[in-house]
Amino acid sequence: MFDKEKMTQIKEGAQAFEAKTQKSLEKRPERQEKFYTGSGDEVKRLYTPGDLEEIDYNADLGLPGQYPYTRGAQPTMYRGRLWTMRMYAGFATAEESNKRYKYLIEQGSMGLSVAFDLPTQIGYDSDHSLSEGEVGKVGVAIDSLADMEILFDGIPLDKVSTSMTINAPASVLLAMYIAVGEKQGVSADKLRGTIQNDILKEYIARGTYIFPTEPSMRLITNIFEYCSKEVPKWNTISISGYHIREAGSTAAQEVGFTLADGIAYVDAAIKAGLDVDSFAPRLSFFFNAHNDLLEEVAKFRAARRLWAKIMKERFGAKDPRSMRLKFHTQTGGSTLTAQQPENNIVRVAIQTLAAVLGGTQSLHTNSKDEALALPTEDSVRVALRTQQVVAYESGVTNTVDPLAGSYYIEAKTKEIEDRAMEYIKKIDEIGGAPRAIDMGYIQQEIMDAAYQYQKEVESDERIVVGMNKFQIEEEAPKGLLRVDPSVGELQKNKLAKLRDERDNEVVSEKLNALRKACEGNDNLMPFILDAVRVYATLGEICGVMREVFGEYQQSVNL
Amino acid sequence: MDRPIRVLVAKPGLDGHDRGAKVIARALRDAGMEVIYTGLRQTPEQIVSAAVQEDVDVVAMSILSGAHNTLLPKVVDLLKAEGVDDMLVVGGGVIPDEDIPFLKEKGVAEVFTPGTPTQVTIDYIKENIMK
Repeated sequence: MFDKEKMTQIKEGAQAFEAKTQKSLEKRPERQEKFYTGSGDEVKRLYTPGDLEEIDYNADLGLPGQYPYTRGAQPTMYRGRLWTMRMYAGFATAEESNKRYKYLIEQGSMGLSVAFDLPTQIGYDSDHSLSEGEVGKVGVAIDSLADMEILFDGIPLDKVSTSMTINAPASVLLAMYIAVGEKQGVSADKLRGTIQNDILKEYIARGTYIFPTEPSMRLITNIFEYCSKEVPKWNTISISGYHIREAGSTAAQEVGFTLADGIAYVDAAIKAGLDVDSFAPRLSFFFNAHNDLLEEVAKFRAARRLWAKIMKERFGAKDPRSMRLKFHTQTGGSTLTAQQPENNIVRVAIQTLAAVLGGTQSLHTNSKDEALALPTEDSVRVALRTQQVVAYESGVTNTVDPLAGSYYIEAKTKEIEDRAMEYIKKIDEIGGAPRAIDMGYIQQEIMDAAYQYQKEVESDERIVVGMNKFQIEEEAPKGLLRVDPSVGELQKNKLAKLRDERDNEVVSEKLNALRKACEGNDNLMPFILDAVRVYATLGEICGVMREVFGEYQQSVNL
Repeated sequence: MDRPIRVLVAKPGLDGHDRGAKVIARALRDAGMEVIYTGLRQTPEQIVSAAVQEDVDVVAMSILSGAHNTLLPKVVDLLKAEGVDDMLVVGGGVIPDEDIPFLKEKGVAEVFTPGTPTQVTIDYIKENIMK
């Protein structure tokens, strides 16, 4: 970005500065011998234009809303429209969660984000033996279209956008959403939202898989194809680094492994005969925001640039929207402490800034009580207010990509991009993300980083305020949210009633049709939708698919 | 003691958060214990069967789904039903403090909540195994 002569001067100046500083360090050493980012990468004392020699402004940064999108996905960013403040919520029954959604909308939340309980996420009905103790605990229990109708009661689906954290049974929940829309008189082409639908990171880090890799990838490409025709405003996948990071990865691994998963989905869809530009504009991403503010900002920018290059150069995408990485962010649950939970509000504020300065399209902020239980209404409100303070008071929304041009930020962006690319190359050599996962390579890399982190915390090399430094005697926190244990019984009763009242003959007819389709090559979405409409349960639909497809076997390695 | 302490690290219930389980498994292994890790989604029956088969001294369960009050006591009860009375049963994860007295009453020896250094768990196991 500078001419040669200037650059030489700058570099000589920086070298002289280093030499001089080194001398003074003998007398006045710095606080630590070396300094590291949150991900454990060494940070230099000073960054100058000398660190940006390889960066070409036009090719590597460019303009917002233009290739390679380093500076942002849209031209005007938050001057045009703020990010969507989307609070992830759901617990107990559909009735309870419906109330929480209406509360969030009243408080200024701009989109819904549905948390499902674990039985729903793994395709079991509430009356399945494995569901015992889990019904309604980490999210809302949905057994059939009947629950889904209650969940969105009084919420017009043409007015909200809804994100659903659902993966293995994403096709079924999407079908239920479409069916609720039909009942409200909202046609599928008007529905807006996202399904997570990212099975690869379930195998890697999150754990709510059902089927083996191949049929799982088929379901995903079936959804891509179906939505490109019938639900064109729907984001068909949210390729997620969030859980990879929560499992302990570094920032560069988060980008590298997530984009490697993205490559696998694009490959699968192309292999299934889809044109890259027919589905790629609907791909979206989901990243984490941890405490190292500047490293995180660089990470988001690196992810955008790298994905743009991959789509253009590797997949030959022509539509600019296929190259533009859009992402949701959630603040880092694993950074929150059970000790002095009020401090978590500050951590979340820093992480919010990271996401916003990194150009996120939507954001969930965690509540201070995350390390203890599900959040209460009060703590969710503070978390939402944190976003609103950043949006309306901090001033960072006034200009696009405000940290661009910082020597450190640009150097770090390049470094993360390069490292992520190294991981992608390594995964390519192994034979792609699904194979690297089956071999346990990705899990092992993440686990090594997680264990390293734990050792640093325990040896006090890494300070976590309130946890290994600045501790106080604390009383056990009071007023945590508790899910009524009778939810399980309630759902069981609802199910029994449903099975009694619906037309069971037509249900088994539709389930048989689905079974046949699973055995063949047809797109499964229309068959799933047919079954959902006649109130076949989630467990019944997933049960049919389990019979045909089998179940994924986790490779266990430490 | 002439053989290393044997520990079954288990994930009861349906949640997939295994970072804690894996970190503690590695830490126990690095502390000289023999560690068997079950992987995800283990029913109480599966955990007990693995514990008996592997003849472990300790069953360490990690759970973050909120189903601890149902699943942890069930493991203790099933162990008793098998006639096992010399295994130390401990738990960890996102477990509210107010649930801990109940779990202890049901026979879970100790519960380690978020932020517990692995060394605390290691020391606890060394001091409390029933031999």
